[in-house]
Amino acid sequence: MITRRALMASLAAAPLAASHAAAEPPPASTGGRRHFPNPTLLTQDNERVAFYDDLMKSKIVLVNFFYVECTGICPAATANLVKVQELLGERVGRDIFMYSITLKPLEDRPPQLKMYQEMHGIKPGWTLLTGQAEDCELLRRRLGFADIDPVVDRDVGNHIGVVLIGNERLDSWAACPAQTEPKQIVRTVSWMDR
Amino acid sequence: MLTRRDLLKYGISTATLSGFAPRFARGDDGDGPRTPFVTKPFIQELPLPLVKSPFSTGPNCVAGLPTVGVKAGPGAHQFFDQPGCAPTLAYTVDVREALHQFHPDMPATKIFGYDGTFPGPTFRAHYGEPILVRFFNNLPKDHVGFGIPSITTHLHNGHTASESDGYPGNFHDSGTYWDNHYPNVLNGFSKDPQETNTADCMNTLWYHDHRLDFTAQNVYAGLAGFYLLFDDSDCGDETNGNGLQLPSGEFDVPMVFGDKVFDADGQAVFDFFNLDGILGDKYTINGAIQPFMNVKPRKYRFRFLDAGPSRFYAFALSDGTQMIQIANDGNLLAAPIARSVVTIGVAERHDVIIDFSKYLVGDRVYLMNRAEQTDGRGPTGTLLTPGDPLVEFRVTSFDRTDVSQIPSTLRTPPPKDLTQVVARRSWEFNRGNGQWTVNGKIFNNDEVRAHVKCNTREIWTLKNGGGGWSHPIHIHYEEFRMLSRNGGPPLAFEDRKDIAVLGPGEEVQVFFNFRDFQGPYVMHCHNVVHEDHAMMIRFDVEP
Repeated sequence: MITRRALMASLAAAPLAASHAAAEPPPASTGGRRHFPNPTLLTQDNERVAFYDDLMKSKIVLVNFFYVECTGICPAATANLVKVQELLGERVGRDIFMYSITLKPLEDRPPQLKMYQEMHGIKPGWTLLTGQAEDCELLRRRLGFADIDPVVDRDVGNHIGVVLIGNERLDSWAACPAQTEPKQIVRTVSWMDR
Repeated sequence: MLTRRDLLKYGISTATLSGFAPRFARGDDGDGPRTPFVTKPFIQELPLPLVKSPFSTGPNCVAGLPTVGVKAGPGAHQFFDQPGCAPTLAYTVDVREALHQFHPDMPATKIFGYDGTFPGPTFRAHYGEPILVRFFNNLPKDHVGFGIPSITTHLHNGHTASESDGYPGNFHDSGTYWDNHYPNVLNGFSKDPQETNTADCMNTLWYHDHRLDFTAQNVYAGLAGFYLLFDDSDCGDETNGNGLQLPSGEFDVPMVFGDKVFDADGQAVFDFFNLDGILGDKYTINGAIQPFMNVKPRKYRFRFLDAGPSRFYAFALSDGTQMIQIANDGNLLAAPIARSVVTIGVAERHDVIIDFSKYLVGDRVYLMNRAEQTDGRGPTGTLLTPGDPLVEFRVTSFDRTDVSQIPSTLRTPPPKDLTQVVARRSWEFNRGNGQWTVNGKIFNNDEVRAHVKCNTREIWTLKNGGGGWSHPIHIHYEEFRMLSRNGGPPLAFEDRKDIAVLGPGEEVQVFFNFRDFQGPYVMHCHNVVHEDHAMMIRFDVEP
C-alpha cells in the first residue's frame, strides 16, 4: 500500500523540473499529432489557443469536460479537481496543466467561464476552454468523452465524468473517474511524470 | 475431405480466407484505427511458447538466484518455510522490451515480453513442487507510447499469498525485482493437509501483468503467458495408465488469442481514448496472425485462452465437427461435454479435445470465431456464419497408435458445504457518467470493500447492472463454485470457475471457501479496459 507520506515523497523526489518539458524536444515517435486535432479554442480570459500546439504538446495534462450550469456530476468533480490542483501545487501552470472543455460552447462563452473559475476558486494553470461548437464536439469524440449509446450520449446532464491524464512527450495516457480521491489522481499524475 | 468446394458450401469464401472484415469499437464514426497491412492468412506456422526452465533447484535454490537491481518486494512470504511450501525450484524472468514478428508481411513490432517473448514462456508446474519466480523489471524507463514500465505479475487462478498474487497496488518499477512464491499446494493445506482434496486441483492457469490502471496496456503490449499445473490425474503423460491419459506432449497445445491493431510502421496501436473496451482488426494466436498448424490424424488437447483486452469468441470448427470440452477455467469437468460452439470471455480458459482421426492426409479444417462483436460492450449474441477463420489445421500423416483417451469421467468436484456459509455479499457491476462502478463506487486502493474471515465460506451474488454491457468478472484468491445463473441452474460446463461472464442483465450466485492465505486481494471486470477504469474492489482476507 502506498501511504500519503510515501506519495508526497515520491512526488517531491520526482525528476521532473521546470526545464524538463522545455529542454527536451518530443521524440519523433510521439503520437500526439495522430491523437489530437489542433482547433483554435478560447480561454476564460478570451485568449485564442491552439489545442495541440499550445495546450498539449510536450506537457503533462489533465483534461475533462464540463459545463457551467451542470447540476449533475460537475460540481463534485470540479471541487475534487480543485483539491487536485492544491495537491499538485506550483507545478500546475509550470509543467503540469489542467484543462476543462465546455460541453455547451454556445452558452459557455469566456465571461461565463471566467465566472465559473472565480466561483470555484480555480487557480492559474487550470484553463477553462470554449470554442466553435463543432471543434468542441470533435475534441469530445476524439478524447473519448462520448458515450457509445446514442441515447445516453444525448443526455448532457449525465455526461462522462472522467479526467484524462497524460504525458504528451511520452505518449502515455490514462483516465480516472473525476471523483476519484484527489490523492489518487495526483498519484496517477506522478506515474506519468517519468 | 474439405475442398474449396466444401469451403464454399460452409460459406467460407476465398475472400473470408484472405483476411477478415474489421469489426471493432468506434468503427462507425470512422475514427477508429485500422491496420494498413494486408496479412495473408495461413502462411506462418502456429508458434509454440518456449517451456520455462528453472535457474536453480534444490532446497537452497532461492539463495542461488541473481540479485541484480533493487528488491522491491515482498517484505515477507506467508508459509514460505512450511514443509511442502519451501521452494525447490527457482526461476528468473526478464521482463523487457523486444521485437516480435506478428506476420511476415509486416515489420517487427515492439513488445513488452516475459523474457522478451510473446506469449511469455510456459511454466510447467506440478502439485507438490513449490516454486519461486523472480521477476526482473528491465523495461526501459524512458519508454514512449502505451504501456508503462512498471509491473506486478498475477498468476491467474493461482492459490497464492497476497504478496505473491500480483496485487495491482504492488507494482514495481524498472530496475527492481519482485519474488512471487507459487507453492502449488492444494487449497486448505494450512489447516490440515490430511483434509485436502485432489478434487481441488487446477490445471490451466496463466500469468499476466496487473499494474494498477495499466493492466490493459501492459497485457496488450505482450505481458501474458501460460502456467500449466499438473497432478497425478492430469499428469501430462498420455501413456501413463494411472492418469487420465489426456493428449500430452506435442499433442497438448496452448493457444492464446488476442486481437490487435497495427499502424503503418507495424507497431501495435492502443486506443487510449476508448474506455468502453477495444477491439483489434487482426487476430493473433500465440503471437501470430492467422497461422496454420500441421496436425496428425489423432486427438489433440487445445488449451484456449482469451487474453483480451475486450473481445469474446465463439469457437467452432469450419465443418461443424464437435469439440469435446474437458475443462473450464483450467478445472477438469466432472465429465466431458461435446460442443459445436465454445464461447469464451476475456481471461477464461477452455480446454477442448479435437479428434482429427476422421480426416485424410491433406485435408484442411479451420478453427473459426463465430461471435459477432462490434464494440467493447460485448458480443451481440449473433452467431456469424461462417465467421472468421483463426487457425488452419492441415492434416498430415501419422504412423503410430493414438494412446490418448477421452475418459468418460474426469474429476468429481469437491463437496459444497452450504450449511457453513458465514456471510453473503452482493455486488452490482454498473456504469454511470461513463465511469465503471461496483455497487455504485469506483475502485480505491485504500478502501477495503469486504473483510473476509480466513477459512470461512461465503456466497456472493454478482449482478450485471445492464445497459447492454457484458462483464467477465474475475475474483482472486480462491476459485468459486457456480451455484446459479439468473435464478436457474448454471450452464452445464460451469462449476469450478474463476471468471463469471455476466451478459447484459445477468446475475449469478457463487460459493467460496476462502482458505489459507491472508491479505488484500481484488475482484474486477476482466474486460481490462473496464478494470483499469475502476471496475474493481479490494477485499481483505483476515484472521
